[in-house]
Amino acid sequence: MIRWIARLIGFAFVVVLLWALGSNLKAYFQSPPPATAEHEFHKEPKELHLASNGPFGRFDKQQLQRGFQVYKEVCSGCHSLNRVAFRDLHALGYNEAEVKAIANQWPTEVASINPETGEPATRKAIPSDYFPSPYANETAGRAANNNALPPDLSLMAKAREGGAAYIYSLLTGYQNQPAALLKEFPTAKTPAGLHYNPYFANLNLAMPQPLTSEGQVTYAPGNPKPTVDQMAKDVAAFLVWTAEPNLQGRHKAGWPVILFLIVATILAYLSYRNIWAEAKRKVAPVGPMDPANKAKRTRASKKAGIDE
Amino acid sequence: MSFAWAKPYEPKTELGRWMDERMPLPRLVFNAVGGGYPVPRNLNYGWNFGVLSGIFLTIQIITGIVLAMWYFSSADGAFTSVEHIMRDVNAGWMMRYAHANGASFFFIVVYIHIFRGLYYGSYKAPRELVWMLGLVIYLLMMATAFMGYVLPWGQMSYWGAQVITGFFSAFPLVGEPIRIWLLGGYAPDQATLTRFFSLHYLLPFVIAGVVILHIWSLHIPGSGNPTGVDVKSEKDTLPFHPFYTAKDGWFAAAFLTIYAAVVFFAPNSLGHPDNYIPANPLATPAHIVPEWYFWPFYAILRAFTADFILPAKLWGVLAMFASILLLFFLPWLDKSPVRSGAYRPVFRRFFWLLVVDVLILGWCGGSPATPFFVALSEIASAYYFAHFLIILPLVSKYETPLPLPSSITASVLHGEEAEAAPIGQAAPAN
Repeated sequence: MIRWIARLIGFAFVVVLLWALGSNLKAYFQSPPPATAEHEFHKEPKELHLASNGPFGRFDKQQLQRGFQVYKEVCSGCHSLNRVAFRDLHALGYNEAEVKAIANQWPTEVASINPETGEPATRKAIPSDYFPSPYANETAGRAANNNALPPDLSLMAKAREGGAAYIYSLLTGYQNQPAALLKEFPTAKTPAGLHYNPYFANLNLAMPQPLTSEGQVTYAPGNPKPTVDQMAKDVAAFLVWTAEPNLQGRHKAGWPVILFLIVATILAYLSYRNIWAEAKRKVAPVGPMDPANKAKRTRASKKAGIDE
Repeated sequence: MSFAWAKPYEPKTELGRWMDERMPLPRLVFNAVGGGYPVPRNLNYGWNFGVLSGIFLTIQIITGIVLAMWYFSSADGAFTSVEHIMRDVNAGWMMRYAHANGASFFFIVVYIHIFRGLYYGSYKAPRELVWMLGLVIYLLMMATAFMGYVLPWGQMSYWGAQVITGFFSAFPLVGEPIRIWLLGGYAPDQATLTRFFSLHYLLPFVIAGVVILHIWSLHIPGSGNPTGVDVKSEKDTLPFHPFYTAKDGWFAAAFLTIYAAVVFFAPNSLGHPDNYIPANPLATPAHIVPEWYFWPFYAILRAFTADFILPAKLWGVLAMFASILLLFFLPWLDKSPVRSGAYRPVFRRFFWLLVVDVLILGWCGGSPATPFFVALSEIASAYYFAHFLIILPLVSKYETPLPLPSSITASVLHGEEAEAAPIGQAAPAN
């Protein structure tokens, strides 16, 4: 009884699925979906090697400082970084006084109230403050940017497929729309107010090219030349840090744990062998799965003319 | 519990005797996972995944309780509290990554455990209840994992909650009221988040309770084994402790090493980047996908694209629920008296086909719904249902199994003659 019901239900599902498959295939071959510019011209992120990559990765503090400088002088005009506090900059190698100065001189002030009247006011940032937003609220951010709200950058390196490599590729990927694209997809012309970038999912990005020329940011002596490529790398490295300030600690903590577990595994394995051997009980593969048995059986079956 | 020759518990100390007369907890432990539980001596490493699932349930409960000390179940504060845990709470990142990846590893372990049961016929008499209680645990795990994924209140959390509770609206008349009742509103919001947190904290303890029933019902007939032959004498078994505690011990340590490598060096590799974007009811992500362990079911859901008497969406939801519920009937669908797939040449081929099929379904479920993946998931879903509901009953009826060994002990011996006999013939006499 139960097997008849099962067969019936099984047939129902299979018939419905094959019906759906048939109608999908028919629709596909009658009118194949048109190719899209996104599908043909979108590019995967370029490779980016950062000091923080890999299980031994450590932050390059010098690079993070440069990246912070790029954020401060270029990105922070539009993008907030509201999950990072000024005090966190100690991790980049700035000392107490430097952090205080950075907070104090930050171009945007922190929202506050007038202590006497209670009226809304602003004050200079202190190290315990989080980076203030360049816009007072979302509406202000949209109003200033053609209705495209610049996203917060704190978690950007974890919130996009490709992470830091994506950020680096996007920042260095601005170009004119290829002629081949316009020839193939005349309707896919980048609309006014948007910017062509093959690393962006739908190819047209509201953000204008932020890093435009060499020397846009002046690095302190002893640092590499601030080319567009270098600045993009540096700010990508900085955003890896903002997305996960504990990354280096995580790598550092991981190795002792792994080594401990490997030693524990070896000791536990030896004691396992010891326990099973002591009882003079062989640890052997089981009957039919033992390769020797299996070969023997196959040979015997073949000889007897039986197809297994 | 199970066999006459099981070693009886004998307290060795005065305190042990005192305790045993009043509250025999040590006796219970000894009989359950100590020297008093005889286990077939021929278990392979497929049998290690039961204990491992227990280990991962424990890891999830411990890390989860610590995380709950810092987490706010508020629609405004949940995402920020998770970031606070990641950035400022001491070792908070370790707890969160251990918990998030612990869920994935729990599912890896449980999937291997389930497929081991499918291959070796662990669902067959007298272990039907063990199997069914295991499926109850699996369903509870799915509910717990789904609600846990909603808690960080990222984009995938929010839209996952939207899509999954949306399944219920496929049912005519009652569907929409049920959906609203589950969410506590018309869309996921504060009420949803708070109740999901409450249930996410509760269900693991329910799981722990069902685990006790699962183990209890297992210990009545005793563990199965790779030959599927019943235990016949004391020679066929070894006491659980020290033999299997040692085997489980080293294997667990090795498996935890892999887990630790993911937690410390690739903690986001199993997650989705969109969940690092705070929930935004006004922006739908380009591709809404659940966590990887739901992909096969998500593929089945999306495979139903044509209205056929019933609306396509209802077919999809019914099929998705049916794909798990049918497993409850497995003991009665597969009537072959031979348990182990090792002695069932036809069954074995279909089994491996099923494994490939489920992997393909997973691949489809995690990919965008392009014509190729929809067509592929339609074929793979059709095989999934055909396998359990049509092929398995037929195979169990018409297949000629290989000769079984006379006993577990006999099968462990190398070059045993019965093992080498051609199929369907007696062992050569020599």
